[in-house]
Order: sequence, then C-alpha cells, then structure tokens
Amino acid sequence: MSPVSTRSPVRTASAVSTRSAVSPAAPAPGRTTLLRRLAPAVLVVAALLTLWQAAVTLTGVRPQVLPSPLRVLEQGWAFRGALWDNALPTIQVTAIGFAVSLTVAWAIAIAVDFSPWLRRALTPLLVASQTLPVMAIAPLLIIWFGFGLLPKVLVIALVTFFPVAVGLIEGFAATDRSATALLRSMGASRLQQFRYVRLPGALPSFFTALRVAITYAVTGAIFAEYVGARAGLGIFMQLQKNQFRTDLVLAAVAVTAVLSIALFGLTYAVQRLVTPWYRGDHR
Amino acid sequence: MKVRVRDLAVSYGDLDVLSGMSLDVAAGELVSIVGPSGCGKSTLFGALAGIAGEDGATVTGTVEVDGGPVRGAPFGLMPQQDLLFPWRTVLDNTTLGLEVAGTSRREARARAQALFEPFGLAGFEQARPGELSGGMRQRAALLRTVVGGREVLLLDEPFGALDALTRTAMQEWLESVRDRYGWTTLLITHDVREAAFLSDRVLVLSPRPATVRREIAVDLPRPRTRAVLTDPRLAAVEAELLDTLRA
Repeated sequence: MSPVSTRSPVRTASAVSTRSAVSPAAPAPGRTTLLRRLAPAVLVVAALLTLWQAAVTLTGVRPQVLPSPLRVLEQGWAFRGALWDNALPTIQVTAIGFAVSLTVAWAIAIAVDFSPWLRRALTPLLVASQTLPVMAIAPLLIIWFGFGLLPKVLVIALVTFFPVAVGLIEGFAATDRSATALLRSMGASRLQQFRYVRLPGALPSFFTALRVAITYAVTGAIFAEYVGARAGLGIFMQLQKNQFRTDLVLAAVAVTAVLSIALFGLTYAVQRLVTPWYRGDHR
Repeated sequence: MKVRVRDLAVSYGDLDVLSGMSLDVAAGELVSIVGPSGCGKSTLFGALAGIAGEDGATVTGTVEVDGGPVRGAPFGLMPQQDLLFPWRTVLDNTTLGLEVAGTSRREARARAQALFEPFGLAGFEQARPGELSGGMRQRAALLRTVVGGREVLLLDEPFGALDALTRTAMQEWLESVRDRYGWTTLLITHDVREAAFLSDRVLVLSPRPATVRREIAVDLPRPRTRAVLTDPRLAAVEAELLDTLRA
C-alpha cells in the first residue's frame, strides 16, 4: 500500500470528527475547517506571488513595465486613501446596478414562468441582451445618459441580469413533473404550485447563477467607469495607466479582485441563511 | 359502490392509453391493479385524480363516487416517488395538502402530528426528509396522502423503490393501518405477491390501450399477517395472476 492510501482514511476520520463537533457553541473547530478549506488557495497564491517577485528581481525589469508584488503592495498602501475614495463609488454603483439587475431578473423570470407566451416573446430578447458587445454599448450609454450613475447601473444590469434570469427560469422549469402532478392532485392553483414547489426548488439554481453574475458585476462596474466616470476604480486605473503607474493599476486590480471574492463569499453566506436545507447536499 | 368507473377512455392525441375501462371499488375495499409495464396504470390514477386533462389528455367516460358525479376532490394520490421536499421538515411535508386546501398551518400540523405515532414517525417531525430511511419516507408520503381525509386513496407503486425486506415489512404495516382506518384504496403494483397479500380483489389490465382483462378475488381472512404468506390459497392467487399476465 502506498503511504497516501494508508493515510487518507485517517484524514477522513479526523475530518468527520471535526465536522460533528461543529456547533454554534463551539466556533473554534469551525474556524479550523474553514482554514483547512482555504489553505490550498492561499498556498497557490503565495507560490505565484513568490514566483512573480523572484522573476522581477532576477530580470531587473522596469517597474513601469512590471512592478514586483511587494512594490504593488507598498505603493497601494501609500495610496490607500485614493484607492479607498475610488473603491467606494465602485462598490456603490455595483450594489445599485446589481440590485436593479436582480429585481428585473426576478420579475422577468416569474413572468416567463407563468406565461408561455411571454417565454416565447422574451427568450430571444434575453439572449440578444447577452450578445450585445458591452464595449460598444457602454460608450453609447455615456453619450445618452452622461457621466452619472445611470449608464453604469445599466451596464452592470446588462451584463449580470442574463445569468440570473436564465438560472431562475431554468430552475423553475426544472421542477419535477410528478411534483407538479402531486400538487395538482391536491388541487393546488398555479400560484400555489409556484409558492410550494417551483420557487423553493429553483433557489439552488438561483444561487449558482448569482455567483456567476456577481463576478461580472464588479468587472462591469469597472468597465463602465473605464469608459467615463468622475470617480471609481475604473477611472483610477485609466488615470494611473496614462501616468505609467503600473504598480497603482495593479493595486487597483487587487482591490477589485478582493471585492469580487468578498461578494462571491457573501453569496454562500446568504445561501446558507435562505436555503439551510440545501447545505447537506452541497458538500 | 364507493367508486364506480364506466367506459373510461384516455388518449393523448392519436395514442389511446385507456379504453373502455370499467371498475368498481366498495367502501373499505383494497383493489390492486397489475398489468404490463407502460399499459397505463398511472394514467388511470391521473384520470381519477382529475389531472390527466391538464396534461393534454382527452378523457371520456364516467366516474362516480358514492353513486353520484365526482364533487370536490375525493381522491388522494400517492405518486411513485415519495416527493418529499427537502426544504420542508417531515411534519411540514405531511401538511402540504392541507395547506393547499386552505387549512391553517397550526391546525394542519395538529392533524398530521396525531398520525405520526401510528405511522412510526414519532420524533421525526422536525427532521428533514433526507434523514429518513426509505421505509420512513414512504410512510411519510402515505401520511401526507391520508391526512387530508380524502375518501379514496390512489397508491401508485408505493413500495416499488424499497428493498425486499423493507417492502415486506411495509406491506404488513400497511395491512395493519388499513385495517385500523378502513381506507378505500386502489393500489398499483408490479409485485403479484404484494397484490395477493394486500388485496380484496386484483384487476389485471391488458397491454395498451388498457382495459380490465381479468378480475381475481382474494378470498383470505383479514387482517392478514405474515402467516398468510405461506397459505396455499395465496400461492394459488399468485400463480393465477402470473398466468394471466403472461397469457
């Protein structure tokens, strides 16, 4: 037997015992499992950063071309005030844009679920909305609606509402036919079928779609700002790039990444609250 | 007669699934329906429960309950899968039909709760369906079917997905609760022994378009216990059923 195969049952056993110890009263073991789950990602990122740092040091490439990660960190910290001032409008526009997107996606998905006519009418439009080249549309939105909130909200909504709407529509439609038959045999109205089966059944599919969409949301906001804005990480990157401050561009990129990952993680937290029953199947 | 079906025919477009189906079920009787796979047994239940039409089927013929046309919803359907929803606790799964009918959640829970003990589910009210064994899931699904007080139960292969040992235990259990509550029951099954053990009468259907090919009475005393399984009369019914199905 190889050492790996002899060790793995032990590891499984310890993981099980840790999991069974997880309870609201004992947060410490929960933190251990979280750490254990994050460890591989942290290791890989650390390795990549080390490699990057070594490459920059060894080749002596100019920082305007490629700054070292330590320089990015150092300059990012030095300009933390500016980064924060520009991150806030980005967060704000992302939140508003995503809220609009979610509202529209839910409204359309529910309408489509109740009306086969609307499904046929709207599906091509939904697909078309996703094939619009945002690169071309975003500058037009700025021309039409100026440098305020509206064009950015529209860009975010445009890039994020499609995955959410499709996730919901397919989640509703994936309802087991026999579950529908059971509800109908109980005399359930279409609204009751939706409330008791289609809606809760679609939630896992919704959260999967939400995770895809939320990563688009931040990049959508950055892109919209890149095209034209008074403040925000997008316009910040644009300005720093023009001044050959590659390090600050990358610092802003890092902030964007952290923001996206935080929002991504937030979806899991919300999902646990909304669909606690799904947790068991999820692991 | 509790249920009287005459010349029931169901078709989906050009496809005739049932044709000229007639059957009677007396109050408190358990009548099994056996037949070749895909002959339309579940379609019969769909037609009785009034949901076949919504699937685009054309339904003709008459169904009477208590000597008159069907009023309200007298049929309680238990589908092949248990269809317990993971987002509801076991208790709230069993109250679903009552909630749909507009019963308050509080009263629905009280009515279902009263059945948890005889159904062997006491203590599992707040469990999730995933925590139940296969037999318990079927009992919970049956509880959900009977708690609404429907007059006629339509059980569609309730034990088909269970292992042999659990299935036998569930058949004996069903016989005991059925005897206690006196349900009028139509049961679809693939298992001729199950049909012989549980039924007053067994209807053997023909291949599609299905009609009643043969009716076999099971003349054994009730309530039936495990001892019946070795009774030669039961073996005779089983043999007759198999012969009819293979003919």
